[in-house]
Amino acid sequence: MIEIRIHGRGGQGAVIASKILAVSFYIEGFQVQSFPAFGVERRGAPICAFVRIDTVPINLRSEVYTPGHIIVLDHTLVEAVNVCEGLGEKGTILINAGEKRIAGMDFGRFRTGYVDATSIALKHGLGTATSPIINTAIAGAFASFTGMLKFDSIEEAIHQEVPFKQKENALAAREAFDTVALYSKG
Amino acid sequence: MKKVIIGNYSASYAVLRSRVEVISAYPITPQTQIVEFLSELCGSGDLKARFLKVESEHSALASLIGASSAGARTFTATSSQGLALMHELLHWTSGARLPVVMVNVNRALAPSWNIWADQTDSLSQRDTGWIQVYCETGQEIFDLTVMAYRIAETVMLPVMIAYDAFYLSHTSEPVDIPEQGEVDSFLPAYSPGVFLDIKHPAALGSMASPKYFMEMRHDQQCAMEKVEEVFTGSAGEYNEIFGRGYGIIETYMLHDAGKVIICASTMAGTVRSVIDAMRKDGERVGLLKIRLFRPFPAEEIRRALDGKKLAIVIDRNLSPGLGGIFAQEVKSALYSAPNPPDVIGIIAGLGGRDVTPELIKSIIIDSESDSRSGKSIIWKGLNKGGGA
Repeated sequence: MIEIRIHGRGGQGAVIASKILAVSFYIEGFQVQSFPAFGVERRGAPICAFVRIDTVPINLRSEVYTPGHIIVLDHTLVEAVNVCEGLGEKGTILINAGEKRIAGMDFGRFRTGYVDATSIALKHGLGTATSPIINTAIAGAFASFTGMLKFDSIEEAIHQEVPFKQKENALAAREAFDTVALYSKG
Repeated sequence: MKKVIIGNYSASYAVLRSRVEVISAYPITPQTQIVEFLSELCGSGDLKARFLKVESEHSALASLIGASSAGARTFTATSSQGLALMHELLHWTSGARLPVVMVNVNRALAPSWNIWADQTDSLSQRDTGWIQVYCETGQEIFDLTVMAYRIAETVMLPVMIAYDAFYLSHTSEPVDIPEQGEVDSFLPAYSPGVFLDIKHPAALGSMASPKYFMEMRHDQQCAMEKVEEVFTGSAGEYNEIFGRGYGIIETYMLHDAGKVIICASTMAGTVRSVIDAMRKDGERVGLLKIRLFRPFPAEEIRRALDGKKLAIVIDRNLSPGLGGIFAQEVKSALYSAPNPPDVIGIIAGLGGRDVTPELIKSIIIDSESDSRSGKSIIWKGLNKGGGA
């Protein structure tokens, strides 16, 4: 079983991002489960969403404590919460940050990727400067950074799950898929 | 058609496919998404139902009592405080023999305010005469809600479909939504023998003197006694059409188990994953999941537990002063068993506290010493300093 934890802020679309990833894995023939951190959402407050993936039906119904992959939708969360908590030895981190933002950040031994999903989303007209909609871009970046999903599956999941601006969302996901980079400190 | 959807939408799709005619509801977390989606389906014309927006849960059920009395197929959904506010009318619905189907998303009762999973809300309505069914997966929500109409309209009793807040209500997973024609072949249109009709004026539910009242309760009990058979028959037909079968209880790795965990709803899934892990280390543990809670499947439970050493009932609910409600029901079912297991009652996961695989494993490991302790209630997962 593979577990993913997504950190975001209320209103950023972390729950939809978890759903797009779950549907993408389902399209590729996996069993999936996705859910938000159980609670009361407040706009701007730190929130989490989760995805479980397996080759057999998923029985487990508890929360996720030891994810294998972390996605961070807002770089300021790195200072607010311990985004690496419970991350396994071979865990990966994917963060929405441009080159300047990520410079100096330290994620220890974890394989870390970064992508400027905010700029990509705005370039494709998704959301506004204060509330960019980055969930499709980050899903595209995750597919390519982890190598776990084909782009076609992300595109199909966007087609199924995103009711508006499907073409723009798919283009944003493609650009993030192509531009996500491996971070090496210093 | 398989879709990755939240448990709440699985309930909405079941209502759509069941061709419900009147929906009346008042919003409450974590149920609201069910009726929001149904409202959209009514708005788009996909579901040709009357959607009543009412000022309280009491009114939601009151209006369905009216609609059902007039012969309509009806639905509502609620949770926690909302269900508690319906209490008076829960009795009325079953007493009037109306086949209303309701989803209750299990949420803790206040105080303190808590929107998370806890089964005390529906279990504390156990004496209101509703059939109660507990679901573990999004697929069970769909299948058992469709089956609920068939059962309700056969025995003329209301059905409550219950499932855990968030663990199921807000969790997305693949659910098969059968085509309308297939569901139609399982669930015919509702056509009651007796209903309110302005062309043939009559009154239902008026005064019944001591001369008549007791027979009405006797009839109600007789109808309850038919439920297990009707459930099993409906489930068999459902299985023939859709390839998914459901028992009134469900067992897992029970055949050679010495210790048996008994629970309901989503916790059963986590228990199954713990059983798989512990069996690899030679611990012979099994699961008995209770799906039908009212009427209580006492005979099936006695049979399943015959010859077992220890039954560990995990309750995500509390009847203060007594303990877990499932544990109490299991103990009373076993009273007439010739060779009953010891039973221990565990309280865990109240108000949405997570019941992790580690916690379930520790419950199994501690079970023999807990059984010897003679305590009637054993609390697990309490914060340090909590409890006696």
